[in-house]
Amino acid sequence: MEQLEIIERKTDTKFYCFHCGDECPDDIIHIDEKIFCCNGCKTVYEILNGSNLCNYYSIDQNPGITRKHHIKRNYDFLNDADLKLKLIDYTDGKRTQITFDIPQMHCSSCIWILENLYKLNAGIISSKVNFLQKKIFISYSEETTSLKKIVELLDSIGYEPQLNLDNHKEENIKSLYKNLYYKIGIAGFCFGNIMLLSFPEYLSIDVTGHDELKKIFAYLNIILALPVFFYSASGYFISAWKGLKKKFVNIDVPLALGIAVLFFRSIIDIVFMHGAGYLDSLAGLVFFLLTGKLFQNKTYETLNFERNYKSYFPIAVTIQNGKNETTIPVEKLKIGDRLIIRNNELVPADSILIKGNAHIDYGFVTGESMPINRVNGEMIYAGGKQIGSAIEVETIKEVSQSYLTQLWNNKAFRKEQEHEQESRITSFANTVSKYFTAIVLLLAVIAALIWYNNMTLAFNAFTAVLIVACPCALALSTPFALGNTLRIFGRNKFYLKNTFIIEKLAAINSIVFDKTGTITENNSSSVVFTGDELNESEKVLVKSAVRNSTHPLSKAVFNFINSKITKNIDLYDEQTGKGIYAVIDGNEIKLGSKIFVNRAPKQFDDEYSTKVFLSINGAAKGYFNITNKYRNGLSETISELEHNYELALLSGDNEGEKEKLRNFFGADNELHFRQSPHNKLDFILQLQKNGKKVLMIGDGLNDAGALKQSDVGISISDNTNNFSPACDGILDSQSFSLLKDFIKFSTLSMRIIFSSFILSLVYNLIGLGFAFQGTLSPLIAAILMPLSSISAVVFTTVLTNVLAKRQGLI
Amino acid sequence: MSVIVVLIGASLLVATGFLIAYLWAVKSGQYDDKYTPSVRILFDEEKKSEVRNKKSENMNRK
Repeated sequence: MEQLEIIERKTDTKFYCFHCGDECPDDIIHIDEKIFCCNGCKTVYEILNGSNLCNYYSIDQNPGITRKHHIKRNYDFLNDADLKLKLIDYTDGKRTQITFDIPQMHCSSCIWILENLYKLNAGIISSKVNFLQKKIFISYSEETTSLKKIVELLDSIGYEPQLNLDNHKEENIKSLYKNLYYKIGIAGFCFGNIMLLSFPEYLSIDVTGHDELKKIFAYLNIILALPVFFYSASGYFISAWKGLKKKFVNIDVPLALGIAVLFFRSIIDIVFMHGAGYLDSLAGLVFFLLTGKLFQNKTYETLNFERNYKSYFPIAVTIQNGKNETTIPVEKLKIGDRLIIRNNELVPADSILIKGNAHIDYGFVTGESMPINRVNGEMIYAGGKQIGSAIEVETIKEVSQSYLTQLWNNKAFRKEQEHEQESRITSFANTVSKYFTAIVLLLAVIAALIWYNNMTLAFNAFTAVLIVACPCALALSTPFALGNTLRIFGRNKFYLKNTFIIEKLAAINSIVFDKTGTITENNSSSVVFTGDELNESEKVLVKSAVRNSTHPLSKAVFNFINSKITKNIDLYDEQTGKGIYAVIDGNEIKLGSKIFVNRAPKQFDDEYSTKVFLSINGAAKGYFNITNKYRNGLSETISELEHNYELALLSGDNEGEKEKLRNFFGADNELHFRQSPHNKLDFILQLQKNGKKVLMIGDGLNDAGALKQSDVGISISDNTNNFSPACDGILDSQSFSLLKDFIKFSTLSMRIIFSSFILSLVYNLIGLGFAFQGTLSPLIAAILMPLSSISAVVFTTVLTNVLAKRQGLI
Repeated sequence: MSVIVVLIGASLLVATGFLIAYLWAVKSGQYDDKYTPSVRILFDEEKKSEVRNKKSENMNRK
C-alpha cells in the first residue's frame, strides 16, 4: 500500500518523506526504496525498522515528526538525583513511574509506537498514552534502564518530552472531577428509584387498604434520599456556608435553603402526616444541578492556562566547569557560573557575554521583532534566545531575580486565590441571589402570617414558598448558557479557562493590544524592494548570498526572492550587526546596514524601519524594506471595536510603525512604544484605577504581567500546544478576525441568561400561587420543578446555538 | 400485593449492582481518558498482524 502511494507520488515529480510526509529537497536520501527528507527522519526509520516496529507507518500515513530542525540535546542532567525525584511520580527503588508531556503526539500511529516502547527498551515495563492530554505514563525497571535512557529514546524517535517541574496541579482537578461523577451517579440512581416508588402518587392510584405498602414506599424514598442529601448535595451546603461566613450571599445560599427545606419538610410529611413528601423533586433538583455543573466544567485538557516562566526556561543548562562541559539543573545555577548557550537556546538568568557572537532574540521577552547583537562584556537578559553559533556567558543574577522573572514577584501573581474568589462574587447569578434570597424569605414569612391561625397550614405555606422559589432555573441557565458559549468559542479556536471568563468578557469596556505577535504575524514579514529593478542573474546572486545566513532578515530576503537556482559562494563573510559580504562568480555582493554597504541612499530614510541595503560590485542597487505583516482582519476588528470600547496599544518595539498603526487605531486611542513588561502591567493597573474593566490581548512572556493583572487576559498563539503565558483564554491566531464576534457573543449570552431568569420567575410566580394557598401538592411540585429546570436548559441551549449561527460562529 | 415488596427489593438490588459497577468504573479511571481506548482497541496484536501479513503475502503469490 505505501509502496503504491510512493510510486503515485513519484509521478508528479515531487518527493515526500516516508517518515514525516514533508516535501523532500533535491538531494534524496534513500533506504529500502523509501525516501526521506533528512538524515534524522531516516535514522528514526532505521531504529523502528530494526525493532520490527514498521507497523507505525501503516496505521497512519507519514506519521513521523520531521527531524530537519532537530537539535541534539544532552540529557546528562537527568542523572541528577534531586531533579529526578521532582520529575517522577513514584519509585520504590526498583520500579519507577513517570509521566511525560509529549506535545508532538498527533495521530494513532503515535499512540501505537508510544505504547510499544518496551520493544525498543527492554527496561520499560509498560507505557500508556492519554492522547487528549498528550501525556504518556511510563513505568520502568531501574535495574535495566534509567530515566536518561528513556528520555533519549523518546527524543531519538521524535517524541521529545517536555520536561517540566511544575505540573502537579492537575491532580487536584482530576479528583474534583471524579467526585462530581460519583455525585451525579448516586443522585441519578436515587432520582430514578424515588420516581419509580412515587408512581402510585403520580397516577393517583387508590391505595386504600394498602397503607402498609404506601408506608414502605415512602420510607424507602427517605432511605434513597439520604445519600442525595448528605453526599450529592453536600457541595452546595459547603459553598453556601463559606459564602455566608464571608458575609456574602452566593447563588448556593438559596439553593441550599431550598434543598434543606425540601428534605426536612418531606421527612415531616412522611413521618407525621403520612404524606408522600417531595423527595422526587429533591433528588431531581440535585441531579439537574450537578449535571449543569458537569456541563459547565468543560476543560481543555491539552491546554495549560497556568504556565509561568519556568515552563519556558530550560530545566537544565550546560555549564563550563574547568575544561569540561557538564549539564546541571537550572535550579542549581549559581551566580558566577559559566554557561554555554547554543543555537536556539534560552539564556536562563541575566548574564554577561564572555565569548562568541551573541545574536539575541528578545522577541519573547520584550516584543522586539529583530535580534540584537551583543559584544563581549555586555549584558544579556534572561529569556533571550541565542541565534547562531554557541556563546559563553557568566551569570550575574539568580534565575528568579532576573529582569524578566522578577515580574513574577509582582503582587498580581500572588493574589491568585483572591482573584478566584472575586470572580465568583461578580457573577450575575450571585448578584441576583442576594436580593432573591431576601425576597423569598420575606414572602415565606408573609405566607406563614396569612395562615397564622392554622399552624399546620402556616408551616405548609412557609415551606412551600421556600421550595417553589428555589432558583433552580437560574442556577441551571447560567452553566448551560455559558458552558455552551464556551463550547461554541472552542469550536472557533478560542479557548477559555472557565465560564466565569465569559461573564467578565461581557463586562469589559477597554481593550489593550500588544503589538508584536499579537496584531502582527509571527515568522512572516512583508518585504518590499526599492531601487533599481534586479535582473534574473542578480536575483540569483542575492539569493545565494543570503542562503547561509541564519539572521531573520536574511531569511526574509531569501524567501522574498523567487529564483530557483542558487550558486556556490567563493568567499563569504558575515559580520554580526553589519551585514554579509560574499563573492560569487567574481561578483562582489554586499548586503546589510547603510554604513556597511557604504552608499548614501538617495531615497528618504527614517531610522526605525528595518532596511537591508544591497550593492553589487560596488554599485548601490537599493534596499529591501522589511516590515511586520499585520494579521488578517485587523482593521475591521479595530474599527468595529472602536465604537464601543476604549482601545490602546502597548508595544515593546520602537516607534517605527507608529504612523501605520495610527491608521488602524484612529486618533483617539493611546499608542505606547518601548514598553517594558513592568510598564505594561502598570498601564493596565492605571486603567483599572480609573474604573475600567480591561481586556488585554498579548502573546509573549513580556505580556505575562499585564495578562495577569487585566480583568480578562487573552493570549494569542500560533500553536495552542506551545507558547502561552498564564492567561484566562487562548486564542488561535487564525481566529483573530473573529475577536469582535467573540466579545459581542459573550454579551449576548449574558442577555440570554437574563431572559432565562425572567422565564424562571414566571414559573416561580405560578408556584407561589399554590404555595400561598398552602396547597402545593407533591405532584404539582414534581411537575413544576423539573419543568422549570428543563425549560431553562432547553431555552438557553437552543438560544445560544441559534444566536451563534446567526453570528456565523457555528 | 406483598409480592410487590419482594419485587421492589429485587429491582433495587439489581439497580444497586449497576450503581456499584458505575462507581467502580469511575474509580478505576475509565472516565479519565475517553479517547485513547477507542484508538487502542483498533491496534492489532503484533503476532496476529505478522500472521496476517504472511497470509496476504501467500495470497499474493497465489
